[in-house]
Amino acid sequence: MIRKKRLNRLGTGLFTFISIFYVLPVVVVLFNSFKKKSYINLEPFKLPNETTFTGVDNYTTAINQYDFLKAVGWTVFITVGSVLVILICTSMCAWFITRVKNRVTKGIYILCVFSMVVPFQMVMFTLSLVTDRLGLGTPWGLIIIYLGFGAGLAVFMFCGFVKSIPIEIEEAAMIDGCSPIRTFFSVVLPIMKPTYISVGILETMWIWNDFLLPYLTLDIKKYKTISIVIQYMKGSYGRVDMGAIMAALIMAVIPVVIFYLSCQKHIIKGVAAGAVKG
Amino acid sequence: MKKRLFALALTGTMVAGMLAGCGGGDTTPSGDSSPSGGGDATGGKVYYLNFKPEQDAQWQELAELYTAETGVEVTVLTAASGNYETTLKSEMAKTDAPTLFQVNGPVGLAAWKDYCYDLTGSAVAGELSSDEFALMDGDKMAGIGYVIETYGIIYNKALLEQAGYTADDIKSFDDLKKVAEDITARKDELGFSAFTSAGMDGSSDWRFKTHLANLPIYYEYKADGIDNTDAIKGTYLDNYRQIWDLYINNATCEPALLSTKTGDDAVAEFVTGQAVFYQNGTWAYNDVAELGDDNLGMLPIYIGVEGEEKQGLCTGTENYWCVNAKASEADIQATLDFMYWCVTSETGTKAMCGGEGAMPSGQAGMGFVIPFKGNLESTNPLVNIGNQYVADGYESVSWNFSTMPSEEWKNGVGSALTAYAADQTDAKWDAVVSAFVDGWASEAAAVNG
Amino acid sequence: MEKAIKRYFPIFLLPTLIAFTIGFIVPFIMGIWLSFCEFTTVTDATFVGLSNYIKAFQDPVFLHSFWYTALFAVVSLVVINVIAFAIALALTQKLRGTNIFRTVFFMPNLIGGIVLGYIWQLIFNGLLAPFATALNLNEWYGFWGLIILVAWQQIGYMMIIYIAGLQSIPGDVMEAAAIDGASGPQRLFKVTIPMMMPSITICTFLSVVNGFKLFDQNLSLTAGEPSKMSEMLALNIYNTFYGRTGWEGVGQAKAVVFFILVVAIGLIQLKATRSKEVQQ
Repeated sequence: MIRKKRLNRLGTGLFTFISIFYVLPVVVVLFNSFKKKSYINLEPFKLPNETTFTGVDNYTTAINQYDFLKAVGWTVFITVGSVLVILICTSMCAWFITRVKNRVTKGIYILCVFSMVVPFQMVMFTLSLVTDRLGLGTPWGLIIIYLGFGAGLAVFMFCGFVKSIPIEIEEAAMIDGCSPIRTFFSVVLPIMKPTYISVGILETMWIWNDFLLPYLTLDIKKYKTISIVIQYMKGSYGRVDMGAIMAALIMAVIPVVIFYLSCQKHIIKGVAAGAVKG
Repeated sequence: MKKRLFALALTGTMVAGMLAGCGGGDTTPSGDSSPSGGGDATGGKVYYLNFKPEQDAQWQELAELYTAETGVEVTVLTAASGNYETTLKSEMAKTDAPTLFQVNGPVGLAAWKDYCYDLTGSAVAGELSSDEFALMDGDKMAGIGYVIETYGIIYNKALLEQAGYTADDIKSFDDLKKVAEDITARKDELGFSAFTSAGMDGSSDWRFKTHLANLPIYYEYKADGIDNTDAIKGTYLDNYRQIWDLYINNATCEPALLSTKTGDDAVAEFVTGQAVFYQNGTWAYNDVAELGDDNLGMLPIYIGVEGEEKQGLCTGTENYWCVNAKASEADIQATLDFMYWCVTSETGTKAMCGGEGAMPSGQAGMGFVIPFKGNLESTNPLVNIGNQYVADGYESVSWNFSTMPSEEWKNGVGSALTAYAADQTDAKWDAVVSAFVDGWASEAAAVNG
Repeated sequence: MEKAIKRYFPIFLLPTLIAFTIGFIVPFIMGIWLSFCEFTTVTDATFVGLSNYIKAFQDPVFLHSFWYTALFAVVSLVVINVIAFAIALALTQKLRGTNIFRTVFFMPNLIGGIVLGYIWQLIFNGLLAPFATALNLNEWYGFWGLIILVAWQQIGYMMIIYIAGLQSIPGDVMEAAAIDGASGPQRLFKVTIPMMMPSITICTFLSVVNGFKLFDQNLSLTAGEPSKMSEMLALNIYNTFYGRTGWEGVGQAKAVVFFILVVAIGLIQLKATRSKEVQQ
């Protein structure tokens, strides 16, 4: 027992050490974001000192020159909007195709599963074309695109859950005179809450970080997301402002960390549950 | 069953709608292009996909001014450096495609000629100061150059004097080599290096894989009496190696570190007096202006070819304006009007040619020399140095990189140069030669075939 | 009940179906069609048969990226899963601070590929600079750089799945094994791992597919340097399509090949899963 205790203490020590290494890359970027841009590539692992420290200049450059906050705003809008729409529409769709059994619904289900494995490169050009022709190259339009391209996984996961709901509950509600819509929203939806969380988290992680889809479909004259701005900064305007990039990286990471820490429990549960279903 | 039919019908409608959209895309306005800018009576609008990142701010301002003056909506998007082709392609596929775009010369034209509106007889074409700046595709005037630029080795006069030399000491590659190596030898004593870092990051590598590579191509074309080829021989590649060796081994940093050095790094080194020489052109003036006009000079890029004492700076253009032939009539007209305004109006010419404070907002102008009648006397000292070389009878080096077969070719040469810089062996240089010569042949074949 | 629901199909089904048609079905069909065409912007597409596919397979860079990607997928699979499994095992041993460790390990997963790439680019180039070299000078630096990056990103995710799997193993099974005198390693290989097969299948599937589809990280960390030697399949397709004039059809053909490849891997994996499930 004593041996086990000592082993445990050793384990804790080891993992503390690894954890520190794990967050180190972000910490390095953090202190570099306070350095003058020409010193960042030169001495990336040195803390800022009197000559290299530049305060929050890099942050103001990133915000003012590259409209970073606007990009954050659009990213939030697109992510929240798409995830909400995906959750509502696909859960309804999944419930419908599980409860109504015929060849069409089966076909839709198979198509959804199929779409999950199709790599984005397969449709990147044609999707951007369709988006453009239908005038969907706006953050609002992108929500529809995400619903379409992200439907597969969501429908699949919801179907898996709906199958496990005993049909008797719904039948009871319908017999009581509830319309299918009412039944869905007041009976089925509450039962599926854990699945909503799982799907919501998976889709949030995807859409928030997505680069190529918005890059090719959005009207980039007007709208940019965080990933697009950062990629743009790197190749942008014939010059690379390492300082502004460091600041932008930190500003891109902060919302994620806040989101994560505030709903950590749900995220971890959601991922675990999602995986078991998947 | 009914529903399956419905799904099929839906898909069918969508596809049909799409195809119809493709065919009629020229005239249908896209869903979200609501007339936010007001729009004038003809309803045309301009979308300019700008190639030159250095002048992004000025174009944005000019666009706003034009809209304020005429009510015509002008949007300017600048592609990130090295991404023009990619951006052009994805934007051109959209309904709201650029109405004004750029090609870099005959090679760029080959890819986009179907999209180039014939500018013959247009008002803006009539303003050209010489026909040689028109880019012809047969009888069609596919594009017009809008800026003439010059590059060479910009130097810091004060530092050069501090090292005990003047520009008169440098009349050939051997002189340049002697001076550079002497500065390197006394680097610690002097406190500065000969060359700024020849950064091979994407923001700076075009200075070497394109601009520097122009010199061996120029001499080969000259020797062979041609102005374009499908198979470069690489006659002057040893000279290319010489100058590249000189750049990388007498720079502010270790050659192996060049792969991550950015354009910003080189500018910073130059303006803070860490290096004497900086290869770049007239467009970079605003970046280096803080050294003071009297302190800036520009030398030809000598690569050790016989007769180079008569060689001048590299002057030409790789910026041709093309109007999208597939845009609507109204948009084409609006675009032509905008171009005409840029090169004739006081605001436009001042913005394009002016230096410090030329923009109405007080920002510096673009500092261009424009091949139009409305060209203004330049306040850009680098431009004036270039003019002086011509006046003194030096022979300008033409810009032949518009005949480079593709972006792919440039990237291949760039990567090989980077690898060579880190490991200066003959084997690595052979890779540069192979990328240069074999790459040229295969790319020329791939693009034409 | 089915009938009652059926009447509501416009509300339940239609929104998703329309979006799915726009966002997937139409682009997918057009994509297949375009892979047999030559075009610049679709309006000018002409049918050219299989020539795009022939060109694709004659492209040495494409073939290189194929092997490079396959190797990457396998190595990342092993690295990620072995480490994630080990950490999961350790963290289910009632260590002090387990929750904090779990939080830390999972965090990178939420950071986007582009952002991750630039974070690590700074770190790697900083580490390599003293040796007078850089990430974009050697394809194997890029390879291992990407491995470290995706390991950093995905270990936390896989770890969560493994922890969930480990926690669902009934305690009495382990106790019984211990009473029967099974040693630590024996318990691990004879009891734990077989019981964990479903989780392992999921994790290996996810990491292989992620490995094959990797794009953002590849673009931001190495961008294919040196000379496209670290260009993986997805990036190669993107560059072929958008970077080269006249090669759009070839890019699309490569994408179809890539798609078939990913589907094939998915099917093989599915089959493997089924056979494992039978065994249990």
